[in-house]
Amino acid sequence: MIEVKDLRKAFGPIVAVGGVSFAAARGDVLGFLGPNGAGKSTTMKMLSCFLAPDSGTATVVGYDIVDQPVEVRRRIGYLAENVPAYDEMTPESFLRFVCDVRGIPGKDRPEAIGRVLDSCSLAGVMRQPIGTLSKGYRRRAGLAQALIHDPPVLILDEPTDGLDPNQKHEIRGLIKRLAKEKCIIVSTHILEEVEAICNRMVIIDRGQMRVDSTPAKLREEFGGTLEQVFRKLTVGRDAAPVAGGTR
Amino acid sequence: MRGFLSVFKRELKAYFSTPLAYVFLVIFLVGCTWQTFQQNFFEMREASLRIFFDQLPQLFILLVPAMAMRLWAEERRSNSIELLFTLPITPVQAVLAKFFACWAVLALALVLTCPMVITVSYLGSPDAGTIVTGYLGALLLAGMYLAIGSFFSCLTRNQVIAFVLGVVACALFFFAGSPYMLNLLAGFQMPAKLLEAVESLSLQSRFESFQRGVIGLRDVGFFLLLAAGWLWANIVALKERMAAG
Repeated sequence: MIEVKDLRKAFGPIVAVGGVSFAAARGDVLGFLGPNGAGKSTTMKMLSCFLAPDSGTATVVGYDIVDQPVEVRRRIGYLAENVPAYDEMTPESFLRFVCDVRGIPGKDRPEAIGRVLDSCSLAGVMRQPIGTLSKGYRRRAGLAQALIHDPPVLILDEPTDGLDPNQKHEIRGLIKRLAKEKCIIVSTHILEEVEAICNRMVIIDRGQMRVDSTPAKLREEFGGTLEQVFRKLTVGRDAAPVAGGTR
Repeated sequence: MRGFLSVFKRELKAYFSTPLAYVFLVIFLVGCTWQTFQQNFFEMREASLRIFFDQLPQLFILLVPAMAMRLWAEERRSNSIELLFTLPITPVQAVLAKFFACWAVLALALVLTCPMVITVSYLGSPDAGTIVTGYLGALLLAGMYLAIGSFFSCLTRNQVIAFVLGVVACALFFFAGSPYMLNLLAGFQMPAKLLEAVESLSLQSRFESFQRGVIGLRDVGFFLLLAAGWLWANIVALKERMAAG
């Protein structure tokens, strides 16, 4: 459902993403990992058509991110790292706005809004301005916005960042439930999260692909926990890139 | 079209769900009424809105950029632009939707000056034609200033910078044809053709022809074309900014 081909993006002299390629299918939960500044968020921004790549491209459900950005956006639910939202709106009015933009017909809206308020446990704060919500609630409002049109592809940039352990658990459960029907890319720094929800793992470092494999295979290959694998792959700064094991 | 309408509605609601629209409307109405009556409105012994329309451009130079400065600067600073452009909305739709929503608020401000019309109608029998054309001119001028302000708002994340640049640009356009400005430019030994070109850009003379009750196709076209040009620049700048991250 997602096919990324040699995506590149530089900001001035800084190469944020220097040739990233991978593919993900329906049913995949792909854990997207890397140290800070590795290019995870930039890659996700390109996939959700916020940033245009310098070169390379990707297709999402068959649509090209460079040539058909609006078609791609229709089919993606995207949660950005810093959860952009309109602070003066309440989660309820915010979700209504998103329904409006996404063309969810009026008669289906109460059901759609009810569904995401429920799955993101937002009902208690639905009439409070988003600007006054705590970090965790704000993130859940962002997640609700990403889920409201029931998209085939989800791109979630650190979806559990700032949530308490119970909320983390809930959101992981939600992602697992959604995984059967969808193709999901999740970036995270929490390796146990990868273990819990991801069946695929892509590690990038300084804009370069390090590995494209599965958590189980990696543990086997490197003989250790995922944390040890991650450190081995990304700490030795001058180490040669590791050829990724493909599925 | 859906993208345009939903952003338009959201923007319009945002003006009225925050104090923004109310503060603007009150300041605008107090400002233009005070300006009008303070300038010998009664002593003129003339049932017309000439004084009212004469002082509008100066008031707009300050207040329209103040409304416009938040259009894109705020969106970029709070990063909500990332939400906007990961929804199925194109830059053209977003720029136009925000522009028209803000223009609608400015139009409402003009509508709310209707007590002025009632006042002069009560005092005498004003020429309804010049009042209508006067309002049309004011609306076009406001739209044109708004397009300028929207463009500068897109250039920076800082609303103060957007405001100052907007005010300066609006003032330059308005006074381009004033004798003072032309003398100043003539002092630089500019070729006569260039001076003529600068003079023809002046909004003041065109705005005044509306006050005389004339709706010139060229004047209307001038305002619309210039506003469209600034909005187009706005769209280009927005795409540029987004590509740069």
